[in-house]
Amino acid sequence: MVILRYALYRFGTMLLTLLVVSALVFMIINLPPGDYLSNQISELRATGQSAGVAKAEFLRTEYALDRPVYQQYLIWIGFIPGPHGFSGLIQGNFGWSFEFDSPVAEIVGDTLWLTVLVNVSAVLFVYLIALPLGVLAAAKSRTWVDYTTAFVGYIGLATPNFLLALIMFYYGHKYFDIPIGGLMDPVFEGEPMSWDKVKSILVHLIVPTFVIGTSGAAGMMQRLRANLLDELGKPYVETAIAKGMRPSRMLVKYPLRMAFNPFVADIGNLLPAMISGSVLVSVVLGLQTIGPTLLTALKTQDLFLSGFVLMFVALLTLIGTMISDVLLVILDPRIQFEGRET
Amino acid sequence: MSKLPDGRYVDDAPYDPEISIQTLERADMDASNMVLVWRKFRKHKLALVSGLFLLIAYFLIPFAGFIAPYTPNERHSDHLYAPPQSVNWFHEGKFIGPFVYPITSEADLETFQWVFTADETRPMPLEFFCEGGTYNLAGFIKTNRHLFCAPEGATVFLWGSDRLGRDVFSRVSYGAQLSLTVGLIGITVSFTLGITFGSIAGYFGGRIDWVINRVIEILRSLPELPLWLALSAAVPSNWGPVAVFFIISVILGILDWPGLARAVRAKFLSLREEEYVRAAEMMGASSGRVIRKHLLPNFMSHLIASASLSIPAMILGETALSFLGLGLRAPAVSWGVMLNDAQNLASIEIYPWTAIPMLPIIIVVLAFNFLGDGLRDSLDPYTS
Repeated sequence: MVILRYALYRFGTMLLTLLVVSALVFMIINLPPGDYLSNQISELRATGQSAGVAKAEFLRTEYALDRPVYQQYLIWIGFIPGPHGFSGLIQGNFGWSFEFDSPVAEIVGDTLWLTVLVNVSAVLFVYLIALPLGVLAAAKSRTWVDYTTAFVGYIGLATPNFLLALIMFYYGHKYFDIPIGGLMDPVFEGEPMSWDKVKSILVHLIVPTFVIGTSGAAGMMQRLRANLLDELGKPYVETAIAKGMRPSRMLVKYPLRMAFNPFVADIGNLLPAMISGSVLVSVVLGLQTIGPTLLTALKTQDLFLSGFVLMFVALLTLIGTMISDVLLVILDPRIQFEGRET
Repeated sequence: MSKLPDGRYVDDAPYDPEISIQTLERADMDASNMVLVWRKFRKHKLALVSGLFLLIAYFLIPFAGFIAPYTPNERHSDHLYAPPQSVNWFHEGKFIGPFVYPITSEADLETFQWVFTADETRPMPLEFFCEGGTYNLAGFIKTNRHLFCAPEGATVFLWGSDRLGRDVFSRVSYGAQLSLTVGLIGITVSFTLGITFGSIAGYFGGRIDWVINRVIEILRSLPELPLWLALSAAVPSNWGPVAVFFIISVILGILDWPGLARAVRAKFLSLREEEYVRAAEMMGASSGRVIRKHLLPNFMSHLIASASLSIPAMILGETALSFLGLGLRAPAVSWGVMLNDAQNLASIEIYPWTAIPMLPIIIVVLAFNFLGDGLRDSLDPYTS
């Protein structure tokens, strides 16, 4: 019950944070001087197409772009009625994309799920790689195993994501015949879900997962190793060994469990970095996630599209952090329920 | 040193009754904190080498134009995508100093590529301290001296040339100017904001602490890159390269401060209760003075270590932004701008040398990481 209450409390703070974030996002996307429509109108005027101008003017009033910025924001969120009554984000209307001339919901559509899929698989990859390697590096510290993992980890940290993507792009295709670019075979695009489509998506996921996860895995591995080394120096470890416990069993039974908490808590740091990475990598590898859409939207000042994508990315991060917080409380009853710090 | 029959070793030197047993230890105890830190830092060979490397790299920044044989935007229209040229010392077994073979290009009309052939019969020695394109040494001394350049009628593309026939080596050394300083400016912004907000929150506590803490939490929970992208997309496209460079570094710094502020705040919370702070307050020191004179110096060293760990993140950030075309823009030259050219598979496959700027990026980022790790370990000289 206590946990349920804590989860509710966390959910409440998440919603509040989201509200602040939405204001921040709206402010940022309104920073560039001018907007898509006024740019277009002046362009159309210059070329003398009056029909287009009329349409742009129509869109301007239709989406309340002629009102003050704070009112635009409130209408966008859905707190005050716009030209068509309440229809903002909280009512499920994501707005209109001027660049693509269709509703935002239609453009992002499937890419939302693929974004979630790519990020979840990258997080799983990080944990699957970092856990065994970190433990191994700590258990065999100051041997070649330790040094090799440290070296690989440092390289992983220092190589920019997009470069790794390019290199994998090339060599993965040349030597391992891993299909690259996109998240599925072109034949499956727009098709209903089928076993073949799932298989195709899974094979295409290998490279992006690896590229996005590497730097996160490297950092996490180093932290797990440091935590575990701290624990390994403590008296209870010595006692366990003196008792005659097998080292491998001892390692799993005591120090690993102690070093595990920071491992879970770390997802709060990991997730923002991963989602950043996935945006970049998606652009390079041409994945049908939200990344390339964001880039086009930002470059063309497509107000509602970029606003929605930024909000979605933030939401994804906040949900991930919330889950990790709740998980942490379940794992470790000593943690205070009222927030993490005083 | 002589060995006793029972296997022990004894020093042969005569015993000096005047010698003070404590001198040796005293020296250590009197040593200043800096000396102790340096002693410990010296043992981290990797950190030491990295630190030296970075020092040299930053020292060379003003002389980028001198080291580079060409100016960054000098085009060689008949040497597009020229492969790297090697500098040789021996021609047909005879030593004639550093020289290059002149290369000529020819269009292959089947693959639509330029084919370069080196004329291996005519070694052409490099010239040193020669005259070339005009540049500003250290930003203000106008000169045209270069460390080395190609002799008349030949080219020296150490790392090849790019799609417009510009020398990659020259561009990498010019690119270092922006790519390396972007981190420094960013960290200055981040430090100023982080220390100000962190110390205000930690020192005064109460409501202001709560507000700052929430802001920190919100900013930390957001993915950086999309926000960087959004902010850089807001930079007007008619600004000059220098203005864009400054604003991009500031943007990188603006999103980096929450982590630092958090650390500063935590330190302040614990140090605020110390007696010397209480004493200073009772003597009538203003809060600003207490923060600056009594509290900050306590953990300045930790801040420096954490700075050296966040500079690489900014360098990578600049690279990523420029790579996507939202950061620095041509004619500015940075490593990220250069990699923008290597964005497609064709360049990696056919002209791998256009991706060379990734090497300095990786090396510099690694060096900062090693240096930061070494500093962090050695800043507390009293722990073993």
